[in-house]
Amino acid sequence: MTRRLLGPFNRVEGDLAVTLDFTDGKVSRAAVSAPLFRGFERMLVGREPLDALAIVPRICGICSVSQSVAAARALAGLYGIRPPADGQRVINLIHAVENVADHLSHFYLFFLPDFARADYADRPWFAEAERRFKAQQGAATAPMLEARAVLMRFMGTLAGHWPHTLALQPGGVTRVIQAAERVRLQQWLRAFRRFLETHTFGDSLEAVAAIDSERALQDYRSRRPGADLALFLDIADDLALSALGRAQDRFIAAEAYPDEQGCWSPAGLWRNGATEALDIAAITEDNHSSWLAGSGAHGPGHADTVPLPDKAEAYSWSKAPRIGGQCAETGALARALMRGEPLLQEMTARQGGTVLTRVLARVTEIARLVPLMESWLTALDLEAVLLAPTPGTIVAQEAVGLTEAARGMLGHWVLVENERISRYQIIAPTTWNFSPRDSAGQAGPLELALEGVKADDPQALQVQHIVRSFDPCQVCTTH
Amino acid sequence: MASKNKRLVWMQSGGCGGCTLSLLNAETPSLFQALKDAGIDLVWHPSFSEASLDQVQALLEGLAEGRETVDILCLEGAVMTGADGRFHLLPDGSPMSRRIERIARRAGCVVAVGTCAAYGGISAAGDNHTGAVGLSHQGSQPGGLLGGDFLAANGLPVVNISGCPTHPGWVLETLALLAAGALSARDLDPLGRPRFYADKLVHHGCEKNEFYEFKASATAPGQMGCLMEHVGCKGTQAHADCNSRAWNGEGSCLSGGYPCINCTSPDFADPGHGFFHTPQVAGFPVGLPTDMPKAWFVALSTLSKSATPHRVRHNATCDRITLPPSLPKKSKP
Repeated sequence: MTRRLLGPFNRVEGDLAVTLDFTDGKVSRAAVSAPLFRGFERMLVGREPLDALAIVPRICGICSVSQSVAAARALAGLYGIRPPADGQRVINLIHAVENVADHLSHFYLFFLPDFARADYADRPWFAEAERRFKAQQGAATAPMLEARAVLMRFMGTLAGHWPHTLALQPGGVTRVIQAAERVRLQQWLRAFRRFLETHTFGDSLEAVAAIDSERALQDYRSRRPGADLALFLDIADDLALSALGRAQDRFIAAEAYPDEQGCWSPAGLWRNGATEALDIAAITEDNHSSWLAGSGAHGPGHADTVPLPDKAEAYSWSKAPRIGGQCAETGALARALMRGEPLLQEMTARQGGTVLTRVLARVTEIARLVPLMESWLTALDLEAVLLAPTPGTIVAQEAVGLTEAARGMLGHWVLVENERISRYQIIAPTTWNFSPRDSAGQAGPLELALEGVKADDPQALQVQHIVRSFDPCQVCTTH
Repeated sequence: MASKNKRLVWMQSGGCGGCTLSLLNAETPSLFQALKDAGIDLVWHPSFSEASLDQVQALLEGLAEGRETVDILCLEGAVMTGADGRFHLLPDGSPMSRRIERIARRAGCVVAVGTCAAYGGISAAGDNHTGAVGLSHQGSQPGGLLGGDFLAANGLPVVNISGCPTHPGWVLETLALLAAGALSARDLDPLGRPRFYADKLVHHGCEKNEFYEFKASATAPGQMGCLMEHVGCKGTQAHADCNSRAWNGEGSCLSGGYPCINCTSPDFADPGHGFFHTPQVAGFPVGLPTDMPKAWFVALSTLSKSATPHRVRHNATCDRITLPPSLPKKSKP
């Protein structure tokens, strides 16, 4: 057996190192480590409940609004309130802007530049990939950044700024929208749509959202060869990314974008090809491999966070979240499966969760979300109240706030005693995906996804593709 | 011929990455063009560079040993000094804090991007069990990783672009000035912040100014009135140009309807009171506007409250303007 230590990974949010053991030239065991710890769960204890709104967005600069949404939802449970329908619409808009921007940043800035490395110089698609996707210099980068910045103006108008807004409150949002402002927002969203339809998809968003089978996907690819997504599909085909990075094929998601009728994307647990209801009470964490006190499964409402940097059996600051004792993968692919998207159902049934399906789920979600955002803007009642006042006292001592960040399910568990936070526990998307082993020795999704991979090239590129296919956010992971 | 461009290396440690993400909000030109235009080569950035794994290790080790040069070192995030640096380890098991220090001591100039890198920031909040510190400050006190008397090779102390997050303009303009050799010690305030944004107060240009003038106060976030008296706003004390330099096109905390929490200040994360309340003594806020004598504040507040127009008082607790300003009375024919 040989061992290889890989790190630091870049173009992931935060810090990551991976230890690989090889048997017969293939990875036989992977250990995934989150080497940075700050301790937000400890910082929150002793504060007034509403102070969580100022602290938690600062867990993460890329999923900042998601952290706010989860906290606001947990606090709404404590105070026994909920946002009015139009307040929820604006929360959804702000949240969707962050999630779409994250998907775009991941695709263009974090994931695609790996295919413009000289290591791939002999591939037929290389010249085009290098021209468009080369890190910082690729022709696709500047137009993407300009389009993204225009989309992010939504944050200036609706939320003051991004990241780290305080506009999201338990009862809604702090800023109403006037008719003229809606006109501006619609202009910016149209400009963003034009970028997507010209560069990313080479087709209308509706046509992309209508791709409902692998056959239709092949048709799209042959019809729109100039699109960035089509070029990625060529690369994926040549490098067999559809066979790379399969984990447990067990997927978990929370509800995303709630409305009066329900939500756009439902919560659930997907395993063995079928969707089940999400049982929040079955969620536990295990600190066996974490530099934290405690071992064995415990509910997030029943544990404190106590660092033990010397713990011998530990190799990560991340905890190991489990549902019903099992690990699960979360992200855009999980959401697509809960919604029953035909294309991703068909592909997942055949190949499982892989580098290709994870990335495709993320990019096609952009094509679905932007029209949804347009419809929310149109439906917004400009005369409506957007914020229910926060009462002076809480009505419950504990509450849970769940939401979907760009990279998957995010949960906040809060307990209050004597009007102060007595416990605050967070399970972030990448805590699920990049979980270390639990006390039963069960590997996390990335750890399993790396098993069997051949990684003898200097840069272990397949490992890098698999790692980035999860769109990891390590600052959230350990918080 | 070797490039005359300045070599910029960006490192991250105990932070959220939000200052980098905020940089991506830069418009016209966008981030990479702006750096290029300023004559800066981005030698390494953890979010944007192609090189990974061993390539990065080799580069950073070369910088630490002086085999590679760095003109501008930016650190984002606090330095984790607790437990012998084990709250942030490199893949080889050595502490990140040590690597940051070795590179900083060889850099032409050193820039702390964000309140965490400058003073410890939110990462040092609460009991700070991780020993999070800034590059040359621990909170508002000189010290930190490099010591309060640290001067980089260019003779400047650590340039503290504090803010949580930083505005992309603060960062890009500071870097452009440094690349041009146009930032001197006189251009930094006593906390090391570039004065071009830190000599302004968030209060300057606040769209709630009329409410402030008449002490027509909001009682909760989301109301039109001034947030200073009841809702925790520190805009009259916070050093930053947030209301004269728009965020994300046209925003600021105040235009967003919520209080300024003074995030450019070293200890903003532990204000000693709830973020959404203003502590008061005898009905007046404890934190007074910068440079304002208390007696005058009390006198003027009392006077201006007695003079508050009905329109302003009414709108103060509404979520939108419900009484518009009246038109000039018609002159007689």
